[in-house]
Amino acid sequence: MRKSLLLLLFVVVMVISACGGGNGNGSANGGNDPSPSVSPSDSASSEPAPSSSDTPAEKMYIPLVSKGFQHQFWQAVKSGAEKAASELGVEITFEGPETESQVDKQLEMLQVALDKKPTAIGFAALDSQASIPLLQRAKDAGIPVIAFDSGVDSDIPVSLVTTDNISAAGMAADKMAELIGGEGEVAVIAHDQTSRTGIDRRDGFVNRIKEQYPNITIVDIQYGGGDHLKSTDLAKAIMQAHPNLKGFFGTNEGSAIGVINAVTEMKMEGKLTVIGYDSGKAQIDAIKNGLMAGAISQNPVGIGYETVKAAVAAAKGETVQPVIDSGFVWYDASNIDSEEVKAVIYE
Amino acid sequence: MRNTVLAEATSKFAVKSGLQQLLAFGSLILLVLFFSIASSNFFHFSNLVGILLSTAVIGVLALGSTFVIVTGGIDLSVGTVMTLCSVMTGVFITMWGLPVPVGIIGGLLTGALCGMLSGLAIARLGIPPFIATLAMMMIAKGLALVISGTKPVYFTDTPVFMKISQGSILGAMIPGFDIPNAVLIFFLAAIVGSILLSRTIVGRYNFAIGSNEEATRLSGVNVRAWKIVIYTITGLFTGIAGILMASRLNSAQPSLGMGYELEAIAAVVIGGTSLSGGKGTIIGTVIGALIMSVLTNGLRILSVPQEWQTVVVGFVILLAVYADILRRRKAA
Repeated sequence: MRKSLLLLLFVVVMVISACGGGNGNGSANGGNDPSPSVSPSDSASSEPAPSSSDTPAEKMYIPLVSKGFQHQFWQAVKSGAEKAASELGVEITFEGPETESQVDKQLEMLQVALDKKPTAIGFAALDSQASIPLLQRAKDAGIPVIAFDSGVDSDIPVSLVTTDNISAAGMAADKMAELIGGEGEVAVIAHDQTSRTGIDRRDGFVNRIKEQYPNITIVDIQYGGGDHLKSTDLAKAIMQAHPNLKGFFGTNEGSAIGVINAVTEMKMEGKLTVIGYDSGKAQIDAIKNGLMAGAISQNPVGIGYETVKAAVAAAKGETVQPVIDSGFVWYDASNIDSEEVKAVIYE
Repeated sequence: MRNTVLAEATSKFAVKSGLQQLLAFGSLILLVLFFSIASSNFFHFSNLVGILLSTAVIGVLALGSTFVIVTGGIDLSVGTVMTLCSVMTGVFITMWGLPVPVGIIGGLLTGALCGMLSGLAIARLGIPPFIATLAMMMIAKGLALVISGTKPVYFTDTPVFMKISQGSILGAMIPGFDIPNAVLIFFLAAIVGSILLSRTIVGRYNFAIGSNEEATRLSGVNVRAWKIVIYTITGLFTGIAGILMASRLNSAQPSLGMGYELEAIAAVVIGGTSLSGGKGTIIGTVIGALIMSVLTNGLRILSVPQEWQTVVVGFVILLAVYADILRRRKAA
């Protein structure tokens, strides 16, 4: 009885890992993209990977260790990376921890990625310092590291692919000023006060208002951790405390949706100017039905695409820019259906 | 009377535990074999060391959890108390500038204190372990955020702190044998834990309480006091895990730790310790923790999509616990 149970256990593990493995390897891109794997025949253009393992003439292998994998933003980064991978004929994997606080889990993923002897590696650091010993290992092994989304406190990464969040949030401030007529009270719901993106978006917005729009006062800045529910409650409290509030800026998807929820729950539709950040179905719908004035979108697909492209270039020994700006766009009801915007927003 | 209860508890347990360990150990070996055949990147010194290193923190947490689970209790607070311990160590060393060893002792005492408070709430106030430690889990999470000001505390000024986890005493003695200290500390903690649980009076009372609390109390054992001691021991192990984690990341990350208690409990259960108490071994827990990390590592090496990795681990827990239930049903 015991033995048969044990056997059953292994059958399950192996069957699942077998199907899973097939999924992961078969279509170099894995996941929901059923496109066949890229033909390895164009090996003439790509040099043989210097550190590839047993089989010769193997495709370049570039693992991307991200900050997460289940949020739509990261799925969009993944799809961009997969696009570049199929264009350039390389194999990628994409993974990240379940929450953005799991610094240790991310290090384990990075370590496993290094043990798979990759050609190059893409890394979006959750903590700017914790990963440095591992990155040093990559450097010693001659594996180029491309940082994406967030950098690390080290010069090991040959390039950083990122959004200029300060300018992007500055643009949100300009739009806010324009929409509320250059004067009045506004408030900010930010996602956190520790991460680079949280700090840059908050400061980018606040500083632009202070420098350019003396008649606008920022009455409150609160942090909701990107949690929809928490951000909703915070926004409602701010609206209670400041009845003359004219505008709200939410610094990421969760924060912005929180603000929209608060406006709906307080029946203040149309009385407040809401500006969001990133996309997602809820924000897109809010912009289409007028609850939200507009939002800044990063270009997550571009981040993934540029990361893989830079990794391949670095692996071939070509020079890469130390910072690659993946860009951002302002979108509102007027341009939400345009090709330019459609390319960067995600539902 | 007291002796018969204890003798009964220990002998019953000794017969069955041997087999369960063999079973768990066999599964571990099979898993390693399977992954070695499936991927050429698995059975390498650096990857095996990586597996051991990634087991260390959860492993030490699981060691501590074994004690309370053997009493038939549970400690849901170990994940966030671990975080609080690393934050306090950061406060002592980085903010107050205390010497590193003092900071470490401070971190360990933080863990022991939290454990003791849980124990007091359970034994003196009669709050069920699940609730008492759930409360402690939230208190510790909140305190870690408050004390750190929600920012990571870095140990960059004290490079020696990083060596606790990341350095390698073994590597210095035997060239090329670079096993990180964290792994060494994990195994040392396991040996100490094993002695505590199987060779001391704490361990014997632990099993007695888990097998039959009422009988143990009636035979004159101060069950309340021993429970407090046992939860304090769990807290102390949690403190060790906190130090290992902080040293590994060279920083105390205040928002980390939620969910780690469940991984620790899973390791304990896979190792054959019964959630209903009175039965369990430290070696089983070590093997359980290793099974968890070999699985995670191996599936990652095979590039199994992340979603599926979680599914596999879930099935393994289910089967391990079901095996345990079947065995007990047979024994009864």
